[in-house]
Amino acid sequence: MSFLEIDRAVKQFGGLRAVSDVSFTLEKGEVVGLLGPNGSGKTTLINLVSGALPATSGDIRLDGLRLTGLSRDRIARAGVARTFQLVRTLPSLSLVENVMITAVFGRHAHWGAAARRVALGALEMVGLSDRAGVAAADLTYIDQKRLELARALAAEPEILLLDEWLAGLNPTELAEGVALIRTLHQGGLTILMVEHIIDAVRALCPRVVVMNSGELIADAPTDIALADPMVVSAYLGGEVDA
Amino acid sequence: MSRIILPLIGLALLAIVPLIVTDYGLGLLIGAATYVTLASAWALFSGQTHYISLATVAFYGTGAYTVAVLNETLGYGAVLLCAALIGGTIALVVGLATLRLRGVYFVIFSFGLAELVRQLITWYEVNVTGTLGRYIFLDITTRQIYWQMLGLAAITIALTAWIHRSRLGMALRVIGDDETVAAHSGINLARVKLLAFVLSAVILTLAGAITSPRYVYVEPSIVFNPTISFLTVIMALLGGANRLWGPTLGAVPLFLIFEWLSSNFPDSYPILLGLLFIGVVFLVPNGLIASTERLLGKAKGARG
Ligand SMILES: Nc1ncnc2c1ncn2[C@@H]1O[C@H](COP(=O)(O)OP(=O)(O)OP(=O)(O)O)[C@@H](O)[C@H]1O
Ligand SMILES: [Mg+2]
Repeated sequence: MSFLEIDRAVKQFGGLRAVSDVSFTLEKGEVVGLLGPNGSGKTTLINLVSGALPATSGDIRLDGLRLTGLSRDRIARAGVARTFQLVRTLPSLSLVENVMITAVFGRHAHWGAAARRVALGALEMVGLSDRAGVAAADLTYIDQKRLELARALAAEPEILLLDEWLAGLNPTELAEGVALIRTLHQGGLTILMVEHIIDAVRALCPRVVVMNSGELIADAPTDIALADPMVVSAYLGGEVDA
Repeated sequence: MSRIILPLIGLALLAIVPLIVTDYGLGLLIGAATYVTLASAWALFSGQTHYISLATVAFYGTGAYTVAVLNETLGYGAVLLCAALIGGTIALVVGLATLRLRGVYFVIFSFGLAELVRQLITWYEVNVTGTLGRYIFLDITTRQIYWQMLGLAAITIALTAWIHRSRLGMALRVIGDDETVAAHSGINLARVKLLAFVLSAVILTLAGAITSPRYVYVEPSIVFNPTISFLTVIMALLGGANRLWGPTLGAVPLFLIFEWLSSNFPDSYPILLGLLFIGVVFLVPNGLIASTERLLGKAKGARG
């Protein structure tokens, strides 16, 4: 039994099969890249795992627990944390409150000083601890992304789902971001990351899964997958992301 | 410490005021206490979640009607208990069905709910019991009504203070900002919203029940008057619906202004009311407390 098991997951939007019979697994502590051209179903798959959308059919299991059919909050409490492709922060809350909520309502149900400690620790990791008291509404886009990651980390998750978390960073920030994800990986966290930036994928993910038009077209070590003619033509056939 | 002591002293003072004021003054005090309760109870749910409810009068009226129907058969305590149970049950059922609605859909639904309850009771009274109006004869003095309402207002504010510091309060604030983030952070949206909605509704219902003997004669169009819902919203917004004392700060002056307007300008009262609503929304969109804080902050910034 693998840590995360996705077994013939299907998501149908009316006539569109956004995720079509996708199966793959992640072992505990693995960092895997989820690749594919625009519209290939990556975000939809993340949504199925995190419960944002109900699967049309198929099974998703985390450490033996069936996630399919559970509500978003149950899945979160089972140890699944995520970020969003379009950043979502809580503008009327301070940074430390933004981050604390997953510590409070997540599976460890911290409260008071303990919740604060976890939140400050997470802010520290992403480099925002000096601004813990400011309102999230006042952050730049990049810092909002950092904040979102800190919120996911404060859940002390079993698995982290990143949806293009590195997109939009400048080269320095990108290097920092890559280093941060590497640190998380070294800490033993299991990560499934949707990513278009191939250099970052090569740097972080020993293995990738590739989707095209809802289907899984590759599941292999990164170098091999990226050289696969099917993968190359999927990327060249679709619009290539900047 | 002064956060607890000062309100307690205030409460004690307010409790002895009826011993020295005229009947008219006491009536004003009851009205003010009632609207403080309504606005605070409304804000308990709507202030943090931003679900703007116009159902206040559905619960308030239900409370008053429960007393009207049961006052001759049950003791007063039992009547209040029944009112609380009925209000809570309606909120539970309605909440289960509608708290998925967001924004303007929820506003319209909540308004419709109040109308629906009124029409149902009217229909029932006309077709089943054959009476439209009912009388409330209770052995209760005006002062006692005031003390009860003051107590309910105090409980509501204390409960709100406690909720603001609790997990429930934090969950409500997160829901107000972003429900998607709330759910993915482990918050059970349905449970949190229902809990706050039901708590709020029970208080609104009790307020209607406690104040009902003041009406003496009760019929649906009197106790289900939608103006009560609108007044409640505007009072809470004026003071600041997400602050502990915001609804109180909005309710007291607005209630006095409304009283003055309705007795001095009975004909143009609705127009003035409308203007006031618009004024509040345009001039203090975040409430008086937040606006004052911002002004003070600016003044400080300018000095420093
Ligand atoms: N809620 C939805 N309702 C209907 N169609 C949807 C919904 N969400 C996604 N889709 C469709 O499903 C397909 C896959 O979308 P998805 O967002 O998963 O792609 P993606 O691989 O994440 O793309 P990108 O790289 O642009 O983020 C697209 O055609 C999209 O329009
Ligand atoms: Mg996407």
